[in-house]
Amino acid sequence: MLRMMPENTSIDFLSKRKICAILSSIFLLVTVLLLGFKGLNWGIDFAGGTLVQVKTEKQVEIATLRKAILDVGIEGATLQEFEGSGGELLVRVPEKDSENANATVTAEKVEKALNTVAGGVEVRRVEFVGPQIGDELRITGLIALLLSMAAILVYISIRFEMRYAIGAIAALGHDILLTVGAFAFLQKEVTMTVLAALLTIIGYSLNDTIVVFDRVRENIAKQGKMTLRDILNLSVNEMLNRTLMTSVTTLVVLLALFLFGGGVIHDFAFTLMFGVIVGTYSSVFVAAPVVLAMEGYYQRLKEKEAETPGFMSSTEK
Amino acid sequence: MLQYSLTKKLLVLVVLLTALYYALPNVLSPDTRNNLPEWMSKETVNLGLDLQGGSHMVLQVDVETVFKRAYENMEDEVRIALRDEGEDLGYRTLSALEDRVVLVMTEYDSVSPARALLQKSIRGVKFEEDGLSLALQFTEEEKNTMRHQAVGQTLEILRSRVDEFGVAEPLIQRQGADRIIIELPGIDDVERAKSIIGRTALLSFHMVDEDRDVNRYIGRRPPPGRVVMYEKMTDDAGQEVKIPYLLKKRASLTGYNLANASSGFTQTGEHAVFIRFDAKGTRQFGELTTKHVGSRMAIVLDGEVYSAPVLREPILGGSASISGNFNTTEAQDLAMILRAGALPAPVKFAEERSVGPSLGADSVAAGQNAIVIGFIAVMALMMVFYKGFGLAANVALLFNVVLIIGFMTAIGATMTLPGMAGIVLTIGMAVDANVLIFERIREEYKNSKTTVAKAVQEGFASAYSTILDANITTLIAAIVLFAMGSGPIKGFALTLSVGIASSMFTAIMVTRLLLTFWVQHRRPKTLKV
Repeated sequence: MLRMMPENTSIDFLSKRKICAILSSIFLLVTVLLLGFKGLNWGIDFAGGTLVQVKTEKQVEIATLRKAILDVGIEGATLQEFEGSGGELLVRVPEKDSENANATVTAEKVEKALNTVAGGVEVRRVEFVGPQIGDELRITGLIALLLSMAAILVYISIRFEMRYAIGAIAALGHDILLTVGAFAFLQKEVTMTVLAALLTIIGYSLNDTIVVFDRVRENIAKQGKMTLRDILNLSVNEMLNRTLMTSVTTLVVLLALFLFGGGVIHDFAFTLMFGVIVGTYSSVFVAAPVVLAMEGYYQRLKEKEAETPGFMSSTEK
Repeated sequence: MLQYSLTKKLLVLVVLLTALYYALPNVLSPDTRNNLPEWMSKETVNLGLDLQGGSHMVLQVDVETVFKRAYENMEDEVRIALRDEGEDLGYRTLSALEDRVVLVMTEYDSVSPARALLQKSIRGVKFEEDGLSLALQFTEEEKNTMRHQAVGQTLEILRSRVDEFGVAEPLIQRQGADRIIIELPGIDDVERAKSIIGRTALLSFHMVDEDRDVNRYIGRRPPPGRVVMYEKMTDDAGQEVKIPYLLKKRASLTGYNLANASSGFTQTGEHAVFIRFDAKGTRQFGELTTKHVGSRMAIVLDGEVYSAPVLREPILGGSASISGNFNTTEAQDLAMILRAGALPAPVKFAEERSVGPSLGADSVAAGQNAIVIGFIAVMALMMVFYKGFGLAANVALLFNVVLIIGFMTAIGATMTLPGMAGIVLTIGMAVDANVLIFERIREEYKNSKTTVAKAVQEGFASAYSTILDANITTLIAAIVLFAMGSGPIKGFALTLSVGIASSMFTAIMVTRLLLTFWVQHRRPKTLKV
């Protein structure tokens, strides 16, 4: 059988933990700054508005199309070529006056406008989300994110010790934040499908982490004399082949989705690919170091307790 | 010793055959499917609106209108109660506001008696005294009942409208307190569907105030109890003009008492809709037209005047006609909407998603491509890295896909584009369980220097808990997504959950069966690791 990695690797992953911590911190800081200054590009699912997807006969420059749409009296529309499929266009119209918003009328106007410059226009999809629904979807989405994180946290703290749960959640938060950061950086649209992808990352990101922790637990039972640091390193090394193999197969299918799945699924595949890569990194370089740090913290707590007798113990007496 | 009981073998076989039974029709052409023998399933998986094309709408029922109308009725009830039983209780004003009825008495002493009197006849209301005034407001409980009824009625009426419109398998259901979801698969004229669904279609008859000049009130506040409404007309030059009317605000009669409506032509050859009242409506209409012979009465539909004829004689037969600016389809649609009935409250489109059939077909093709390509790529990877073991994993993977599609078909679940993405993702993640097992077998064999059979057995045994932990976390996320997501997202959560469950089954049961068979029959002495 072939292996992705040579047999019996003993890479000292944890020695790189400082560099990785700095690297991750920088990225997280950038994410926070991006979210603060640039913000996210909310799609109509969350911001409300009308989206019209059209296919045109001729490929015309976006600027020309934009002018044609402005000429029929639609203001503030954004135009974007549809990724993953040629000759298609997404037109987004923010709906200021929701009382009179009529997506069908907007779609007809867009069709008429584009027909004059590009010809053979086919309206393929029309979506309208009222501002109230948009707000609700955003709240529901956030609740769903938090709820699934909480549920998973509970599961891990039952199956493992608390410090592993903290390590896993640290890795998880890291992955979600960085993925959101990528969306803020690229100003990619955050849609309902992107949110679904984020929730899937929650599940996936933990998958790797848990497999490593599982092995750590087993090794602790088996190798009583080793330090936690060595056990963590050993476990990551032992699982390295599996981690890479699974990440690669998952990435391969996501790539298939990204390339062949069509425009609607394009951003979904992108989100997951990003999440899988970050998730693989974080299970090795975030989750394990956090567990080690927690160990150090526990140790110091114990020493302190021993140094200052009468503080903790006297209260009990 | 590595063993595989007969029961387990049978279980795998039964599951495989059942899955095949349900999944098979999905890959056959419609012709072949129809020629299948009687005993075979012909059902294919349901396609969501994003794959077959169609329209998904969420309507917001404007319940406030219902409350407002109820307060107007309450004003009448209060007036009648005070007139009939409270002659000694003088009041200054009585008015219905948007959210309450306010009664202002002339003396402080009569506030409490008025309250006691009204409490007897008017139910579901809370009273609030403030100086001379007495405010009546519906209790929250009463409001909830009214809201529930209004939305329920709206739902029924919309259902009959959609039924008459002729859409195959529409879905109409309540969502939350005051919303209604409508799904119309395969529909192409969304505009017409929306005009039929979204219209309140409240017909009302108002007397025209002919004593005052309407032109004085255009763009200005009309006198109390009066309202300005317009009739749209096309003049001789083909220009659209609006003719204003000054009407009594309160309708003399509303269209809630209609028995039938049909489209046809007037004597002058115009398109018209003929309406017929029910018994109660006929009586009321007869009384109204008798009382006002010689006056002008406006026929109003959703706030727009359709005609305002002078009543030449009493109309006792209970029928009337609405003529206006419409073409054949519009007249037919209007008759159909009136037949189905007026909505108890106006509705607003809060969300709308329409997908054309061509995009749906493209999405199906794209999804299938992604599944096939992803599938082949993963199989190739497994073969390269795990050789014979990889082959076993690939058989399990194939089984897995058949199982997902078979299960989705059997339970009548809906396949969406994100749902297809879920299958693709499952393919990538499904092999993980086998990767875990194979890596474990390799370790066991290498470290413990045991026989191949023992290594395989140990490999499976010790990988279980890891597989379980790793999959349950993803399953938790998928379940939350299913519970909170809507439409296509639910489809994704469903295929992902089904995929996780079936991949655990196939990776553990099927791969194990294949490897057991291999160990028992080939009796390998060594394992190349």
